[in-house]
Amino acid sequence: MKTKLEQLREELKYEKTNQCVQCGYCLPVCPTYATMGKETHSPRGRINLVKMVGEGRITDLSVLEEPMDLCLGCRACETACPTGVPYGEILEAARSAMTRRKKFSLPVRALRNTLLKRVFPSRRAMNMIGHSMWLFEKSGVQKWVRKSGMMKKLPYHLGEFEAITPASVSPTERSSLPTFTPAKGIKQYTVALFVGCIMDAMFRKINQLSVQLLAEVGCDVIVVENQTCCGALHVHAGESDHGKHLARLNIEAFEKIEADFIVNNAGGCGAMMVEYDHLLADEQDWAARAKHFVEKSRDISQVLIACGGIPVKHQPKERVTYQRSCHMTHVQKVTKEPLELILSISNVDFIEMKDPNMCCGSAGIYNIVNYEESMKILDVKMENIKETRATLMVTTNPGCLLQMKLGIERENLSEKMRAVHLVEYLAEVAGIAGKQEGN
Amino acid sequence: MEPHHIDDIKKIINRGHVLTELHDRYSYSFDGSFGTYLPDAVVQSKHVEEIAELVKYANREWIPIIPRGQSTSLSGGPLPVKGGVVVDLSVMNDVLQIDEEDLVAVVSTGVLTSEIHKAALEKGLMYPPDPSSSHVSTIGGNLAENSGGPRGLKYGVTKDYVIGLEVITPQGEIIRTGGRTVKNVTGYDLTKLIVGSEGTLGIITKAILRLIPKPQASETVMAIFDSLEDAGAAISKILSSGILPAKMELMDQASMIAVENYEPSGLPRDAEALILIELDGHPLAVQDEAVQISKVCREIGAREIRIPQTAAEKEEVWKARKLVSPAIVRIKPTKISEDATVPRSKIPEMCRRLKQIKEKYNIHLVVFGHAGDGNLHPNIIADKSDKEEMKRVEQAVAEIFEAAVELGGTLSGEHGIGTMKAPFMEMELGPVGLDMMKRIKEAWDPNNIMNPGKIFPEPGQKLVLSE
Ligand SMILES: Cc1cc2nc3c(=O)[nH]c(=O)nc-3n(C[C@H](O)[C@H](O)[C@H](O)COP(=O)(O)OP(=O)(O)OC[C@H]3O[C@@H](n4cnc5c(N)ncnc54)[C@H](O)[C@@H]3O)c2cc1C
Ligand code: SF4
Ligand code: SF4
Repeated sequence: MKTKLEQLREELKYEKTNQCVQCGYCLPVCPTYATMGKETHSPRGRINLVKMVGEGRITDLSVLEEPMDLCLGCRACETACPTGVPYGEILEAARSAMTRRKKFSLPVRALRNTLLKRVFPSRRAMNMIGHSMWLFEKSGVQKWVRKSGMMKKLPYHLGEFEAITPASVSPTERSSLPTFTPAKGIKQYTVALFVGCIMDAMFRKINQLSVQLLAEVGCDVIVVENQTCCGALHVHAGESDHGKHLARLNIEAFEKIEADFIVNNAGGCGAMMVEYDHLLADEQDWAARAKHFVEKSRDISQVLIACGGIPVKHQPKERVTYQRSCHMTHVQKVTKEPLELILSISNVDFIEMKDPNMCCGSAGIYNIVNYEESMKILDVKMENIKETRATLMVTTNPGCLLQMKLGIERENLSEKMRAVHLVEYLAEVAGIAGKQEGN
Repeated sequence: MEPHHIDDIKKIINRGHVLTELHDRYSYSFDGSFGTYLPDAVVQSKHVEEIAELVKYANREWIPIIPRGQSTSLSGGPLPVKGGVVVDLSVMNDVLQIDEEDLVAVVSTGVLTSEIHKAALEKGLMYPPDPSSSHVSTIGGNLAENSGGPRGLKYGVTKDYVIGLEVITPQGEIIRTGGRTVKNVTGYDLTKLIVGSEGTLGIITKAILRLIPKPQASETVMAIFDSLEDAGAAISKILSSGILPAKMELMDQASMIAVENYEPSGLPRDAEALILIELDGHPLAVQDEAVQISKVCREIGAREIRIPQTAAEKEEVWKARKLVSPAIVRIKPTKISEDATVPRSKIPEMCRRLKQIKEKYNIHLVVFGHAGDGNLHPNIIADKSDKEEMKRVEQAVAEIFEAAVELGGTLSGEHGIGTMKAPFMEMELGPVGLDMMKRIKEAWDPNNIMNPGKIFPEPGQKLVLSE
């Protein structure tokens, strides 16, 4: 029989921590090391803590809790690491091991279960959230609530987030994402759009525009039924078993159609999906299917470039900067295409910010559960953004988009700067959509 | 340490932080070498006076103080082997001034070395010492280790560019050594004594560094050899031909194969060695020197010479060299990186000895590094969970040191002694030589609170690589 330590080692993927030679090359790129200023919040420090547990020197797993909770999971450290330490895997394994051993209080457990297992994965539930938000805005309740100051009293600073969530879509519009949209002109590819959960509830507009843009450049666009949440939030919260379940559902759903690409427009979801093969590597029946899924997965910018870029209509001169999604940069490794698309727009005055690859602090729901820490990271980002004096901030992930909007609000920049998703911007310059409001 | 010590320290450090939680203590328990040692507490403060007060207190209470930069040390320097308080100096990073008229940089101790490089370049100047870790390591750590780098061949090491320091003594006093002038011969040269003292004589809090004008142009030459000894001979021959390259790097066959397996870079897998040379200076001079070097290498028996033309091509070539370190740890996870150094004329002989040691102990030994200054960087790749292999590695390491010292060389060209090489100190210095050093240490730090357990071996101390 395996000893407890042996089992823990396996669970924690202890072997992988030995790949770390403790050179510290990952320190300069880690946002939490920069803002919190302790080795405890550096990749090297976090890996070492896992190693210490694996060696039986730390026996109480709760010692890991704070350092692991405060990691954004941005994985900039992986790009910087010369020896290829799979930090993401180590982090996920540690979080799962902790979740498995943790006794959440009853209300927390209920909330976790409802949110992670019932709400995010359910298109119906997400639709309902979408509807309620629409009702909330349109019914005048929103105005009343804002005036009453009630928002300030919400837990987790949710009030601040409420102010920046995008205008929602009416129920009639919501149901209008067509299951099939034919390519305009000559067809180049057939693509299946991954609509996401939060993306679909809160950023339905971006999904609609994605369909239109893809059709515009020559793609037949299919929106498959039965697709579900990508599972990223689950895996990051230490619920990897449930994440695997969602991955299998998605693989099944997308296998039903013969698409050239499975397209996503959210850096974070895309990152999860390109790692389905890692997630399901140990499952005989699924490994090959997952690999097939991964091979077809693309960020929308890659597909747009593969189709020859977007047709640009008239565009007034604008000073633009680009906040990359960490997951797109460090996990999907899609770095060239979005930039190429932005630079293809005439009249764009593109200004790169300092440390462009540094995380903005959004990181899934990090900005909600670790509000203070997230805001410190955001403040650093906003300093760099202000220096560019850009009037338009482009992002490629819904979480980052919200965070950037929050940053703009916090800095009182809403008169001078707006934040939009790359898809919104491209749709705008291609004449598909009007000028995007942004903040 | 007693609980009341922590309370007292918290009273002294009131503008900085005192970290005592287990996860924080573990995070300051390691460096880039071997071993894990838990400190009793970690202190972070930007304020020199506060740290000085802390040292005063520690000296009174006999509490070890361990200065720490970013802990990239490869010799065990910042490990709290006797417990005590780790002082994290990386937070002291607020001063970085470049003075173009005096040609100096004034920096506080936690500034990253690469930041100094950047700031100097912006003014058309250069701070030459360039350890490969410069984008992570602090200038304080560089000073304490007397760090070198590929440019050491032409430009020397850290000590050659330090003219003044601010230091907290083991008694908690703040002193200044040297000054802003390049020439300064007033009394004993305490500046040079502190540089390379590995945190055993005091805490460096500020430094005045010498800068030089940035060279105008550079050229790169790659020479490929069928025999490692020929490559060694070519290195000596180039150096005696009157040309002084900025860098001269060696890669042996094992390192070339490792790089090719890791990220194909067009290196020949079947050659036994290559040398990579960078020349810098006047554009016409460097072109001419490149031609001469090619000639020398051909005469010795180089089978191929490559001279990259564009900046991109040059970068590609140097990237291959940078990939050696990451590439070799893919072979086996544990890397023991030595930096034994021999006189330049003995490079071919050292190459021969290394080959023998590799065969004798049946270990995976890779040789690459700053060959131009005799700093060969033999690296042993092993698996620390294989106890039997680690024993052979320990013996091989000892023999590498013996070979270097026998050939008139030294234990360390740039990584310092720390805990890793302490057992071999007497072999290089002799009992009296080592005793003189110890007497200096005792005079500076009679209570032995400043980074104890480093440089000087404990009675009977041996190199141990398996925990
Ligand atoms: C991948 C890699 C490549 C490397 N390449 C090179 C190289 O090319 N050349 C080279 O020389 N080294 C190299 N090193 C070794 C290491 O980076 C250097 O020794 C560096 O100078 C250490 O700096 P640090 O800030 O990390 O100091 P630390 O490792 O934290 O400390 C090193 C020593 O300095 C002392 N110290 C630190 N700060 C102070 C201070 N302010 N006052 C007094 N004592 C202090 C510590 O007590 C310790 O003894 C490399 C290391 C790695 C991991
Ligand atoms: S994932 Fe990001 S925040 Fe976490 S350790 Fe790596 S670089 Fe730091
Ligand atoms: S860069 Fe990689 S090997 Fe180096 S300390 Fe970070 S994780 Fe470890």
